[in-house]
Amino acid sequence: MEDVTIGLEVHVQLNKLKTKLFCSCPLNYHDSPPNTHVCPVCLGMPGAMPVLNKEAVKAAIKVAMALNAKIQQTVVFDRKNYFYPDLPKGFQISQYDRPLAFGGYVIVDVDGVEKRIDLKRIHIEEDPGKLYYKGSITVAKYSLIDYNRSGAPLLEIVTEPVMKSPKEARAFLNKLRILLEYLDVFDPELEGAMRVDANVSIAGGGRVEIKNISSFKGVEKALNYEIMRQRNLIKMGRKIERETRHFDEAQSITVSLRSKEEEQDYRYFPEPDLVPINVEELMKEVGKLPELPEEKKERLKAQYGISENYAKVLVLDPKMSDYFEIVAKSVNAKIAATWVVDVLRGELNYRGWNFLKCFEKFPPEEFSKLLNYFLEEKITEKGVVEVLRTKLDQGGKVEEIVEKKRLFAIPKSEILNFCKEVIEENPKAVQDYYSGKKQAINFLVGQVMKKTKGRADPEETAKILSDLLK
Amino acid sequence: MVSLEDVYHVAKLSKIEVNEDEARKFRDEFEKILEYFNLLDEAPESEPMYHVLELINVFREDSPKICLTQNEALMNTRHKEEGYFKGPKVME
Repeated sequence: MEDVTIGLEVHVQLNKLKTKLFCSCPLNYHDSPPNTHVCPVCLGMPGAMPVLNKEAVKAAIKVAMALNAKIQQTVVFDRKNYFYPDLPKGFQISQYDRPLAFGGYVIVDVDGVEKRIDLKRIHIEEDPGKLYYKGSITVAKYSLIDYNRSGAPLLEIVTEPVMKSPKEARAFLNKLRILLEYLDVFDPELEGAMRVDANVSIAGGGRVEIKNISSFKGVEKALNYEIMRQRNLIKMGRKIERETRHFDEAQSITVSLRSKEEEQDYRYFPEPDLVPINVEELMKEVGKLPELPEEKKERLKAQYGISENYAKVLVLDPKMSDYFEIVAKSVNAKIAATWVVDVLRGELNYRGWNFLKCFEKFPPEEFSKLLNYFLEEKITEKGVVEVLRTKLDQGGKVEEIVEKKRLFAIPKSEILNFCKEVIEENPKAVQDYYSGKKQAINFLVGQVMKKTKGRADPEETAKILSDLLK
Repeated sequence: MVSLEDVYHVAKLSKIEVNEDEARKFRDEFEKILEYFNLLDEAPESEPMYHVLELINVFREDSPKICLTQNEALMNTRHKEEGYFKGPKVME
């Protein structure tokens, strides 16, 4: 795909803040009825004055630092003028020629190969409200507008057109999301937390912009579709026009939109109701960034002696590595890493949960207790998995689940007794075994498992049986 | 030089309808205004001024305050339905 060029504009909602960008309306509007988190400022009423949320600027500075961008000394807000029902003022407060930061880069891993994605700029702006249509947009006669989202703090991160495939675009978004989670400025689970506009072109053709893709998977799908569409046009000898398209998530296709305004049509000018920002003082308040994934990975390897691969997976989610570190306090670190990454992570994925939820459903201290039962040979590996699943699905205390399900492993002496019984009760299998059918032992192990309801360790049982049959 | 097309374009961006007579009038006025702005070319070069006040860093703390109720938010409009504002349909 060397002829493909992709650039992204990513809108990130700084949704961990408590209030909007320019007014004190609470930001926790996600499950609320329409127009209940609004005030004269975010409804664009005449005379209402915006006042900038200091924490929003600090959060934005953190992101710019983590993305290695050059933060500007003086930062200015501008009005971007256009008419759209979700924009009550008739303009959006955004940034134009004095944005928060220029440049920056992210290193991503694409199929094991590192690639540097350069950024163009990062700026702060306000989110518009949200439009709904009764039925569908084609049959509705009017729009319904909810301004709860109006004025929510957004960060726009613009990349250079440097990505060569939809996969690279996804890798970039993934890395960005992880960084934002480490900075604790962003909750990816909330609706509309990250929205992407993607520019894509094939050598020789016009640049096509795909607007407002609202999910990670959507970005890769939209780009794949769009590249295929453009390639087909080229095959038919048609020219690719520069245009703006909309991604239809349900059908996974892109459709043409009316031509958009040109940049000069927005008539940007400095917002007279807001004074410039001098970032120096704020940079001091922000201070040092928290530990980021790369540093954390190196520390986990050094501190716990775990492999590069496990460390790499653990840092994909800061909550997963936090979880691991708590478990590793009382369980051998390598064993803890194996169970957290290979087993627990899989069980959570299967249920569509993340590690944040796991902290609530199965606190790491209790998981350590379970692993220690296993390490002390009180329960079998199979028992661990069974308790884990029960705990996740039904709750309860680890020791009670083990007790109730009679999972405590049977001591060796008892297994020995069961083995003797089984040998006596199954002369045919024993005969088979002696006559060279070594797999007959599996049948005998199965019988012991049946008697013990799976509480005997199968390897141990097989060993005892073959000793007895010598 | 300002063309009639420029006037229609600006009118469209501002959602204002103008007829041809008005457009001619605006064209002449726009030209006068732009001509007046040419005076700026004679001013010495200096840093752009982004704000008339010499204030910087006016902030608010991130603490929520009570906002309007849905009824209050919608009380000044007739165009409402089920707690939403009613607006034009925008087909792109």
